[in-house]
Amino acid sequence: MTLSSGTCGQASGSLAVLRALQQALEEQGLAEKVHVRVTGCQGFCQEEPLVTIQPLDVLYCSVKPEDAAEIVAESLANGRIVERLCYRDPLTGRLVTTAAELPFFAKQDRELIGRNQFVDPCDIRDYIAAGGYAALAKVLTQMDPEKVIEEVKASGLRGRGGGGYPTGRKWEQCRVAPGCEHYVICNADEGDPGAYMDRGLLEGNPHLILEGMAIGAYAVGARQGFVYVRNEYPLAVEHTRTAIAQARELGLLGERILGTDFSFDVKVARGGGAFVCGESTALVASLEGKVGEPRPKDVHLVEHGYLDQPTVLNNVETWANVPPILLNGSGWFAAKGTEKSKGTKIFALTGQVKNTGLVEVEMGTTLREIIFDIGGGPVNGRQIKAVQTGGPSGGCLPVSLFDLPVDYEALTAAGSMMGSGGMVVMDDSACMVDVAKYFLRFLKDESCGKCVPCRLGIDRMLEILTDISEGRGRADQLGVLEELAWTMSVGSLCALGKTAPNPVLSTLRYFRDEYEAHLNERRCPAGVCQALRSYFIDPELCSECGVCLDTCPEGAIVEDRPFRIDEMLCKRCGLCEEACPAAAIRRV
Amino acid sequence: MDLTEVDSLIVNRGQDPFDILEVLHDLQARYGYLPEEVLRHVSARLAVPLIEVFRLANFYKAFSLKPRGRHLLTVCLGTACHVRGAPRMLDEVKAELGIGAGETTEDGAFTVETVNCLGACALGPVVVADGVYHEHMNPEKLRALLERLRSEDASLRAEGVGVCVQGTLGCGQDAPGGQAVVAGV
Repeated sequence: MTLSSGTCGQASGSLAVLRALQQALEEQGLAEKVHVRVTGCQGFCQEEPLVTIQPLDVLYCSVKPEDAAEIVAESLANGRIVERLCYRDPLTGRLVTTAAELPFFAKQDRELIGRNQFVDPCDIRDYIAAGGYAALAKVLTQMDPEKVIEEVKASGLRGRGGGGYPTGRKWEQCRVAPGCEHYVICNADEGDPGAYMDRGLLEGNPHLILEGMAIGAYAVGARQGFVYVRNEYPLAVEHTRTAIAQARELGLLGERILGTDFSFDVKVARGGGAFVCGESTALVASLEGKVGEPRPKDVHLVEHGYLDQPTVLNNVETWANVPPILLNGSGWFAAKGTEKSKGTKIFALTGQVKNTGLVEVEMGTTLREIIFDIGGGPVNGRQIKAVQTGGPSGGCLPVSLFDLPVDYEALTAAGSMMGSGGMVVMDDSACMVDVAKYFLRFLKDESCGKCVPCRLGIDRMLEILTDISEGRGRADQLGVLEELAWTMSVGSLCALGKTAPNPVLSTLRYFRDEYEAHLNERRCPAGVCQALRSYFIDPELCSECGVCLDTCPEGAIVEDRPFRIDEMLCKRCGLCEEACPAAAIRRV
Repeated sequence: MDLTEVDSLIVNRGQDPFDILEVLHDLQARYGYLPEEVLRHVSARLAVPLIEVFRLANFYKAFSLKPRGRHLLTVCLGTACHVRGAPRMLDEVKAELGIGAGETTEDGAFTVETVNCLGACALGPVVVADGVYHEHMNPEKLRALLERLRSEDASLRAEGVGVCVQGTLGCGQDAPGGQAVVAGV
């Protein structure tokens, strides 16, 4: 049986479930016969912790410690399915007993993330049993480095970190660049808020990444690699370290790997919590023990990278794609996807959508398929209004563009970007001005301040958006926003500054009516912007129960007949709205 | 301050240029912040100019130059948490504890910090208290959590047990009882 226990799983109580399962197995005398595999994230984060049992082929969702005894007694001892723990399709009410039938999984192509369920990330034997390190063995014994690069080029693999640079070309440039040492780096500094597929991969299947890096190192002629991982991902750090130690023990890292002349080792460096370090040159500066400031891009890392030596830096998901490509051939990989975007892509589907989790789809799948067919559509009967892709560098796309395919060029043309794969769904309860303001505030904190357009541009844009959201906006400020955006996109040193205006530009482009409502009518249509909303008590619905009187921290509820709110005292926090049992308090 | 302990964390470090950051991470986890005395010592031992060490400690969010409270609350402000109401969590903290992000209560009981994303987006809004992730938070659950931490803090101090400074996010070994960093609610 497997139990998913990544960060999401553990936050949902998987460790307590594990203890309960082990105890139940012990008590019922099955401890010797049943192997409990603790895996990383299986992707359906909504319903964590997940338990699957073989050979019965059954999937249980949201398992609690108190369910353990029943699972062991029924499913393991008697081979019966515990129906109350199975997923029930909210639309049809149909009972789903196996993972394959789950609507959330059925429409995905889980080439990479699907491997997590077969692997205990802390046990290299699981990975090898699932065919791991076979690609490395094939490469080291049957292919020369040029052939590896040819194969990766032919596959059409492009960087999964957001930029989409062809991976094979990057490797080739690094290979031919002169230097005393060559290096490979795995960028696991996944700073985009709302994106966590790199965490899912590194935490759930670290050997896949290490194998990819070893193949890359062989191709470019590197002896040393680094995994630069966010310190905010404690499990990923721990699992990567364990994986490196185990691979060294088996001779899959270190001197003369698999008896060949190829030697390669990997070290883990923890990030310091700076978003800008996801930018390649800033990351390398950080690895060199300096503050993470980017440098002009005209000097390329493939020639002058870590310690001024030729360096290949790829994202976690890019590295993860390498072993299957070398094992199955470039044609297998290139058969999936669109003309210029090949293979699959993992997205972190989150926000106001029914099914949240890691979603892996073939390139070219439409946003609508991801959000409605896999994501299950809106929650609480609301209307989905937009999706934000690409994090602070990307943009918000409206429902009218949901037929766009997932493809580097298509998303960029629409004013957003692929990014690393965050996909935050927003419904009509989200205010797009507030969302744009959110990203600017984020970027203001994270801008390293080295170049002026980014440092001052973000500040100024945030000032304007704050004016707009607080009812002090002027119509001419929209033009200033566009002008600032242009200056920043041409004048900033690194991608952080160049793409910083995207959230503002895309919301201006597709949701201008919301900006205009804030400006002209001093009204926030979604009722999010605090300064522009007010509350009232509907006398028809109010039962005068007095709950709001106790809830309001400002004492703004007046106990008249009927109850009313004192506008002067009200801070518009909305606590009374949530507390009212009769739903009599409403926003306007 | 016992600097031999600092030395034990520096042993075997110094081969790679990023080791200075690794050492700072370990020290931050050990002390909950980076005391000046420790930074001076690190500078001397690793032969990195003090001004550089301070620059790193200042630049990276993972490090704090001020002591933290006995309990550390981290509010995730990632996009997914934001659209599900994370700013309300900060309002609630402000209302309950009277402090904002980056501040510590006067009695030294609580420090509140924010983080840009914990990658647990499906569970948002997320609040981490002393290394334990709390999912799907709302003002009510947060109030209950603060209440519990307060009474734990009070009873520990009544027993005269010095509550250790909590480790930062990602350093579960310093959490009381040696519990793993992430555990069920």
